[in-house]
Amino acid sequence: MTFELTPYQPYDFANRRHIGPSPTEMAEMLKVIGVETLDALIDETVPKSIRQKSPLVLQKAMSERDALHHMREVIKKNKVLTSLIGQGYYGTMTPPVIQRNILENPAWYTAYTPYQPEIAQGRLEALLNFQTMVSDLTGLEIANASLLDEATAAAEAMAMAKRSSRSKATTFFVDENCHPQTIAVIETRAEPMGIDIIIGDPDTDMDASAVFGAIFQYPGTYGRVQDFTPSIEKLHDAKAIAIMAADILALCLLKSPGDMGADIAVGTTQRFGVPMGYGGPHAAYMATTDKLKRSMPGRIIGVSVDARGNKGYRLALQTREQHIRREKANSNVCTAQALLAVMASMYAVFYGPAGLKAIAQSVHRKTARLATGLESLGFEITPDVFFDTITVEVGALQGVIMNAAVKNGINLRKVGDDRIGISLDEQTYPETIEAVWRSFGGDMKDDSAKNREYRLPESLLRTDEYLTHPIFDMNRSEAEMTRYMRRLADRDLALDRAMIPLGSCTMKLNATAEMIPLTWFGISNLHPFVPLDQAAGYTELTNQLMDQLCEITGYDAMSLQPNSGAQGEYAGLLTIRNYHKSRGQGDRNICLIPSSAHGTNPASAQMVGWKVVVVKSADNGEIDLEDFRTKADAAGDNLAACMITYPSTHGVFEETVTEVCKITHDHGGQVYIDGANMNAMCGLAQPGKIGGDVSHLNLHKTFAIPHGGGGPGMGPIGVGKHLEPFLPGHPEGGSDVGPVSAAPVGSGSILVISWAYILLMGGEGMTQATKVAILNANYIAKRLSGAYNILFKSDKGRVAHECILDTRPLNDSANVTVDDIAKRLMDCGFHAPTMSWPVPGTLMVEPTESEPKAEIDRFITAMLAIRAEAQEIEDGKIAYADSPLHHAPHTVEDLVGDWDRVYTREQACYPPGAFRVDKYWPPVNRIDNAFGDRNLVCTCPPLDAYEE
Amino acid sequence: MATYYSEEHEWIDVDGNTATLGITKHAADALGEVVFVELKEAGDTFDKDDEIGVVESVKAASELYAPLAGEVLEANATLESDPGSVNEDPEGNAWFYKIKLEDVTDLENLMDETAYKAFIA
Repeated sequence: MTFELTPYQPYDFANRRHIGPSPTEMAEMLKVIGVETLDALIDETVPKSIRQKSPLVLQKAMSERDALHHMREVIKKNKVLTSLIGQGYYGTMTPPVIQRNILENPAWYTAYTPYQPEIAQGRLEALLNFQTMVSDLTGLEIANASLLDEATAAAEAMAMAKRSSRSKATTFFVDENCHPQTIAVIETRAEPMGIDIIIGDPDTDMDASAVFGAIFQYPGTYGRVQDFTPSIEKLHDAKAIAIMAADILALCLLKSPGDMGADIAVGTTQRFGVPMGYGGPHAAYMATTDKLKRSMPGRIIGVSVDARGNKGYRLALQTREQHIRREKANSNVCTAQALLAVMASMYAVFYGPAGLKAIAQSVHRKTARLATGLESLGFEITPDVFFDTITVEVGALQGVIMNAAVKNGINLRKVGDDRIGISLDEQTYPETIEAVWRSFGGDMKDDSAKNREYRLPESLLRTDEYLTHPIFDMNRSEAEMTRYMRRLADRDLALDRAMIPLGSCTMKLNATAEMIPLTWFGISNLHPFVPLDQAAGYTELTNQLMDQLCEITGYDAMSLQPNSGAQGEYAGLLTIRNYHKSRGQGDRNICLIPSSAHGTNPASAQMVGWKVVVVKSADNGEIDLEDFRTKADAAGDNLAACMITYPSTHGVFEETVTEVCKITHDHGGQVYIDGANMNAMCGLAQPGKIGGDVSHLNLHKTFAIPHGGGGPGMGPIGVGKHLEPFLPGHPEGGSDVGPVSAAPVGSGSILVISWAYILLMGGEGMTQATKVAILNANYIAKRLSGAYNILFKSDKGRVAHECILDTRPLNDSANVTVDDIAKRLMDCGFHAPTMSWPVPGTLMVEPTESEPKAEIDRFITAMLAIRAEAQEIEDGKIAYADSPLHHAPHTVEDLVGDWDRVYTREQACYPPGAFRVDKYWPPVNRIDNAFGDRNLVCTCPPLDAYEE
Repeated sequence: MATYYSEEHEWIDVDGNTATLGITKHAADALGEVVFVELKEAGDTFDKDDEIGVVESVKAASELYAPLAGEVLEANATLESDPGSVNEDPEGNAWFYKIKLEDVTDLENLMDETAYKAFIA
């Protein structure tokens, strides 16, 4: 027998794995739509005038094998030393059970933001645990479900203080002991708001009567641990708001901000098991008093009841958020850091209160031993009492010691020209401490057994109990911990189970090969402020990614700093604002925004101090050009910018875009093109070439970063050459323009996902993905038209990568609301499309290129069955109040409990589209929103509520 | 007693130079289930078009703007404990404020019931 060699063909990732429909299926779909070829469909859909002339010039697509090899080679160039730099980032161990079952588990990382609470009960419970943890440790009544990073949380707290303070002052006091990046981000935010910042020592430099609020760091960035009660009392006497930026681990030992009377506490939960990741992502926290809860930005999880009166979780106080309140919102915050908040909360569940306290004590004891050793070597240490951070006076020896430390594998913090900062953490070994001593010229052994010294201030030791809720005590064994995380994951519907056809959210495949490098040591363990020569791998990765993104978007420069889409908008508008100012046109303050824009747009414009002027939409969904022209003329020399989305939020490639850009430029304004819909453009059109001056890209949409159940996101911005000098800088290096995020490249570690995506897809693959995204959307539009009216189409009857189903007629004819349809889709095993946006009462469907035809057909089956159920109401065969649509979603309770409905249990639980064996069961019936907002509970309810 | 209406969907029952103010049934219906009401305190003064409160429903948060200048004599405390009453009896028990009018002639800029009905039609 002869052995025949099969020619080796590394499979084509883009067409074989990433893109859902096979070539045969695509041919069938094109036939349904009624066009000959995919290219013919694209020609009918994307206007010629905006098409890019030449194909993308990117590297050739790699196989998974080659891409992983390439990435490993690049990332090898990062040198991972032990970083004792502190400054908000600390070594920590992600408990392996959490790493594998949360961070590396698609059931957690591919979920969407929990706007549909019935199918998000698992992560809502985990986030409620997070809020309970934060609320307990800070000693404040209510916490939100995370913010982007500590520095932006501090800036949000300042804005919140401005909103809620009864003081008329316009000055804000910042403790000089705040982390430098926190101070810088606060300054960036304050300037457009007309807030003056005073930086100084709270004891000597703060005039409480002259400020509307103040922020103190606890412990300070150089180690100081101080009781702020007197300063806070002074602030309260002057009706000003007191904010504390507090270290979450230190709070396990130290008196809480709530106990000192603080109104708001912020901080990061990074050191609760979330790797440093070269800056992020990590979950920042914010907590406040009951009195100020309605001014708090971000998402808040609350407890409510479902239609059967059982406990259910949901997002509370949504109406204060940007998607409803637009420029009047508390903040433009949209994305949170859900996945990281879940990890931090699980860290607390894993260790429990006693475990956390032991970790905090151990970190402190190590620091005390380190300090005593250094003192024995003759160095002067400040402060006398500290938690985990000390500052050493070294004079002219600074460079010598820092270099010696690097040779010993350790990064220390340079403070001024004559001091060195050292912060220890959970990961500090006796050998680490010895290596530090060695760097300072001492050859000593660390003997932890002999030295039990405490150097915490006696008066600030925490005496109250925390994390007393049983949830923090019931998952001690890994067996139980694993099952708890599995139970929660099973309650949720994520991409690992079904298509999530959310319009404008681009819930595409997050391929495993793209996710794998995230937990590689060289990616996850770098401190964001390490010397650049230790981060050569990151530099290569980020430079390559910026080049790739410039090629894709047609812009000249990129900033990777913004760590969410909304943050990108804010950064982009600041860039425009600084550009205008540099030309002596700082008065430009009018921003034109179409009525159909994302809610973050007006909220971001408001943050840079601009006035929002809303432009009407024409009947066909396009921007009303006449209205745009009139309003641009009226703004005249005050026109700062227009913010548009392309293709429009109505899911159409508008022909008018070039004209809109021209009018704006003619008036001296700049064009901001929201990149939320970039998935319809890659390889076909470039925002930087059709008239845009700035765009943000949602890397968590178009470029394959998973949504994480509500964050992390990444929102880098691309700009034209003229705007490059005004991109965000950072105190740790870069230009002297103010930063918008805590770390220079935002959430550094997850950039590797988008980089991997582009390596795997190549220019051709990405272009094909765009075309198939458009194909999938047009296929759905075609199949569902008739049953539903498709709201906006181009002249040629095509939609872009998403389509809007007009469900309002069903409300008129059968009382069926868009909510009813969304909830009924859960019975079919689907997450609803985007609801009531951009048109109230409608559904916006975006299938993405990743969904195979079978899944799309299953969705169509479900939608047609729902239409038929509405028809039965229209025909008078069943009353609306008796219908399955009204009672959806159905749970196991409906299957086994009493049944008095006029439809069968079979029809209730197994509508067309639902799987029989692999049926997804919503864990709760419909959640009562009003009850939850009227009876606000945002921490874990008593244990009996959990009992089965 | 005469009742006036504003374009911001408030009603004002006037008695001499004092008045009771609330939101119309039309506004309450449009808001949907009201979950929270934030009000000024007695003694607070306001000008026309000043923000004098916030009404939150499950769907939206809307500011309440003063239709004319005046001073708060009493805020309806029951709205805080029972915000749902705004949906049940917006033009009765769920009034928002008793106010003192600064200038009675301000009322001339408001609508009467017929005009308001035409306004919302």
